[in-house]
Amino acid sequence: MQSQSNKRQEKPSKKFENLLPFTLTFVLLFPVWLMLSGRFDLFHIVLGIISCLLVSYFSWDLLFSSLAVKRIPTTLPKFTMYIPWLLYQVFLANIHVMYLVFHPKMMEKIDPQIIKFRSRLKSDLAITTFANSITLTPGTITVYATDFGNFEVHCIDSQSAESLPGEMELRILKIFNE
Amino acid sequence: MNIVSLILTISGLIFFFGGAIGIIRLPDFYTRLHAAGKLDTAGLLLTMSGLAVYTVSELSLGSLFTAAKIMFIVMLIFITSPTATHAIIDAGFIAGLKPWTKQDQITARESEPTDSQEE
Repeated sequence: MQSQSNKRQEKPSKKFENLLPFTLTFVLLFPVWLMLSGRFDLFHIVLGIISCLLVSYFSWDLLFSSLAVKRIPTTLPKFTMYIPWLLYQVFLANIHVMYLVFHPKMMEKIDPQIIKFRSRLKSDLAITTFANSITLTPGTITVYATDFGNFEVHCIDSQSAESLPGEMELRILKIFNE
Repeated sequence: MNIVSLILTISGLIFFFGGAIGIIRLPDFYTRLHAAGKLDTAGLLLTMSGLAVYTVSELSLGSLFTAAKIMFIVMLIFITSPTATHAIIDAGFIAGLKPWTKQDQITARESEPTDSQEE
């Protein structure tokens, strides 16, 4: 019953669902054009509008799939909150790797290992975010990640291995509400 | 403003330096990627922020745009650098290169003196 009613609702609004990602792509692209061109005479702006329309016509379903658009209002603020925390973690971890690299007895300090774990994240976007966050945090590189949330991570020492999956996964879980 | 940009740029260069030293000192392909892929990203972030702060110190629309363009470069690097690092390390595993572990070093040390004794 529920799926039927959903289908009925979707059919008339399908055109609108295509229009929303299209406008979003355009709104995202046009300021970039303005910024990169840096000229505000009529010729350059008209040229920008035409090319932005063309590009968003070709690729409206690339950046924002209609499924993702519905989740933007809830996801985006949380994601913006996540970035400063990630930068702070990247900074801390960079200091740690710097310490390792300059340490005279580096060979005894490092202990490269591969750890495997299964993540609770499900959507592609969440897994990609998590994998890239792991790689950005120094001391850990994602070797392999599957659609089902299986991760293989190469760690430079046992300290960075212990921090996984840990807090970062919890934060991403909260962002994407999974 | 100039001092802030100077501090940012110099600390960025320190990270680059650490990355370069790391590439030389670390034992194998995978651990070297740790230094190459990440310390460089941090170094670039700091150096570029330093440059952006320097351009903004003369406030005008043009300099703001230049700073924004610089931050675009930083964003691009922040998305592509982990992806590229991941692609390289994945290629290494597919090619069958075994990661260096502490165990390798211990066995190498144990085998060295016995080799010399046999000689």
